[in-house]
Amino acid sequence: MSDNSAAVLSNNLIYSAILFYALAFLSHAIEVAWSVKTPAKSVKKTKLDFSRTERVGRLATAFMVIGFLLLLPGVIFRGVSANRVPWGNMYEFSITGALAFSGAYLFALKKYKLRWLGLPAALSILLTLGTAVTLLYRPSAPLMPALKSPWLVIHVSAAIISGGVFLLANCIAGTYLFLDKYEQKGVRPVWAEKLPTLEALDNLSYRLVALVFPLWTFSVIAGAIWAEAAWGRYWGWDPKETWAFITWVAYAAYLHARVTVGWRGRKAAWLCLLAGSTFLFNYIYINVWGTGRHTYSGL
Amino acid sequence: MSTELDSRSFLRWCWRQLTSMRIALILLLLLAIAAIPGSLFPQRSQNPVQVRQYFIDNPQVAIWLDRFSMFDVFSSPWFSAIYLLLFISLIGCVLPRSIEHLKAIGAKPPLTPKYLDRMESYTEFKKVDLHIVERYLRKKHFRIRRDENSISAEKGYARESGNLLFHLSLVLILIAVGIGSLLGSRGDAIVNIGDRFINTPTSYDILGFGKYQSEDSLPPFSITIKDFKAKYDPVSNAALDYELTVSTANPVGSTETTRVIKVNQPLTYGSTKIYLQANGYAPIVVVKDKTGKVVFDGPTTFLPQDANLSSIGAIKVPDMQPQIGFVASFLPTADRDPIRGGFSSYPEVLDPRLLVAVWKGDLGLNRGIPQSVYRIDTSKMERIGLKALVLNESYDFGEGSITFTGWTSWVNLQIVKDPGKGFALIGAILAILGLLISLFTRQRRIWVKQGRKTQIAGLAKNGIPGLEDEIKELVKEMSNER
Repeated sequence: MSDNSAAVLSNNLIYSAILFYALAFLSHAIEVAWSVKTPAKSVKKTKLDFSRTERVGRLATAFMVIGFLLLLPGVIFRGVSANRVPWGNMYEFSITGALAFSGAYLFALKKYKLRWLGLPAALSILLTLGTAVTLLYRPSAPLMPALKSPWLVIHVSAAIISGGVFLLANCIAGTYLFLDKYEQKGVRPVWAEKLPTLEALDNLSYRLVALVFPLWTFSVIAGAIWAEAAWGRYWGWDPKETWAFITWVAYAAYLHARVTVGWRGRKAAWLCLLAGSTFLFNYIYINVWGTGRHTYSGL
Repeated sequence: MSTELDSRSFLRWCWRQLTSMRIALILLLLLAIAAIPGSLFPQRSQNPVQVRQYFIDNPQVAIWLDRFSMFDVFSSPWFSAIYLLLFISLIGCVLPRSIEHLKAIGAKPPLTPKYLDRMESYTEFKKVDLHIVERYLRKKHFRIRRDENSISAEKGYARESGNLLFHLSLVLILIAVGIGSLLGSRGDAIVNIGDRFINTPTSYDILGFGKYQSEDSLPPFSITIKDFKAKYDPVSNAALDYELTVSTANPVGSTETTRVIKVNQPLTYGSTKIYLQANGYAPIVVVKDKTGKVVFDGPTTFLPQDANLSSIGAIKVPDMQPQIGFVASFLPTADRDPIRGGFSSYPEVLDPRLLVAVWKGDLGLNRGIPQSVYRIDTSKMERIGLKALVLNESYDFGEGSITFTGWTSWVNLQIVKDPGKGFALIGAILAILGLLISLFTRQRRIWVKQGRKTQIAGLAKNGIPGLEDEIKELVKEMSNER
């Protein structure tokens, strides 16, 4: 296959994936909206009945799976078209990141019954892919010399996976804080009734962070080893490195706060959100407006 | 109470505070916050040129920022204070724990508490033989303390081992960074193709030493630049590959071997590495005076300005009377458009031009002020000519003539000695290992006590889930045994 046809195929697959993620988003929206039972006049509270929308919920998951199955070859062919791993610039980080996030969701869906997260998950995948194809798109191109290293695969893939899981943990911590507000006043809103308990959300976000923190540590260390080979020093406080360090320290503080000091609930969730936002800041700000040695990708 | 006792107890109070988890947490968050300005302001250690530009653009602000070390954040007193306090706190916390842990590894699990029914995950059970319970727990790799009527079992010591290993590895990394900065050196040298670099302090353009490193400690190798190839993408003009071929001898004068240096593939001599960091062009010109005598003949290093390697530089000819300087730019593939004028449209040399502005007067080289080799101070000079030269073209500017005879490439070799980095790598690997062990091992105790009934209780350290299931399984196993 010629490089060019692989690039075109990749684009088509990604556009099709977007279509299916949009269908998944719609189905999830219908699932939530149609679950609302018309309240009897005497009862003030609306009730949700998800048994009525079980089918459309499953359909949404099916669309998510199809989207994933289209995105996967889309990302692979992008790599094929340039003869390298598909994370050489921000467009490629985004499509690979969306793939990782979507994969993490589908994996956790089976294990933790996460379908309640489907609506926001589909929305964030749509937004990521949408900005990728509209704002960040760059024609497929070979790598610049500094990126030609096996460490590109190791360092960046570890960073993308860590990032995906950090964001998932952030979504859950955010949900925690949101629901906590309601529960303080007394009751959960109707749409949130089938969501897990606050305690389960709290534990889930902690477990995700604890699971992926060693991988993030590894990603930073792999980056340092690569930097030693390419730039002549293993650590130089380049803006990207500095923020990776900040993220690492923030999550280290979160883990200590939870494990050693015994923080739970609201305080822990805020700290988790803070740590996650340092990661996002690093990804968006440093890539788009930043200076330093990590900004070679032409976005 | 005597004041001596007072101050001693105060010191003890301080130490206890410093090694407390709460303070460690605050220090960790402070460290994260303190690193932020290092990414927002240009740093001297990375980009001194940008710092200088900042001083020019915002002189008032820059002076104040500089007073708070905002341009040297990571070597500033306040940043150092935070991480040193953090590491003291870490050592103060980890060392006693290590000693305790070593004792615990040798010792049996603690005594079974008196009242098990007050513990979490408490279960009562019909009377079973403690031998069977003991056998089961041993099979599950629990450490066991067997008393007459009770069993105290503990598992997951590796959690604390991993935890301590992780924190001690961080200390190792800090020591490694210290070794690197005290005993290392780092320098840059620009070398033209065909020239030889000998590793002595005078060969460098910039060279920095660690505090405990002397000038004669550089390894005595030499590097001769044989060939430099740069490949570019003909469509996007982006660089695809750089390959530098050198022949090198260690020590100088011994047999030479041919080696290749690439961007991700430095040349190594022990703890010293030689990196290919930048490259550019050096146009060659011949300058003659009025009488036709050659007063300058050779390459001059020009600084690349953009991706297509338009380069600027200064050719200084102090041996002419009056002195002559050429403020010049070199275009490897010359092109023109009405807006930008002359520019380079491709980074390889396909159609080179040398644009020179000729200045006559005092170059200012004898004033004792260090000058950039890429610029000419024209304040005491007068411009007498302007010309775009194609290859082998000469230009007569009245006081003499200049001929553009060719070009060569130069490379920037960065030579770094860091004896600490091996330790840093070991520290990093051990840290990950410790982290994995401590995060994925569950430490828990199970007590079984024989009374009228058999009582079972458990305690999971840090409230890690999974204990309930384990006790359930134990109970199930015991019911099967009967």
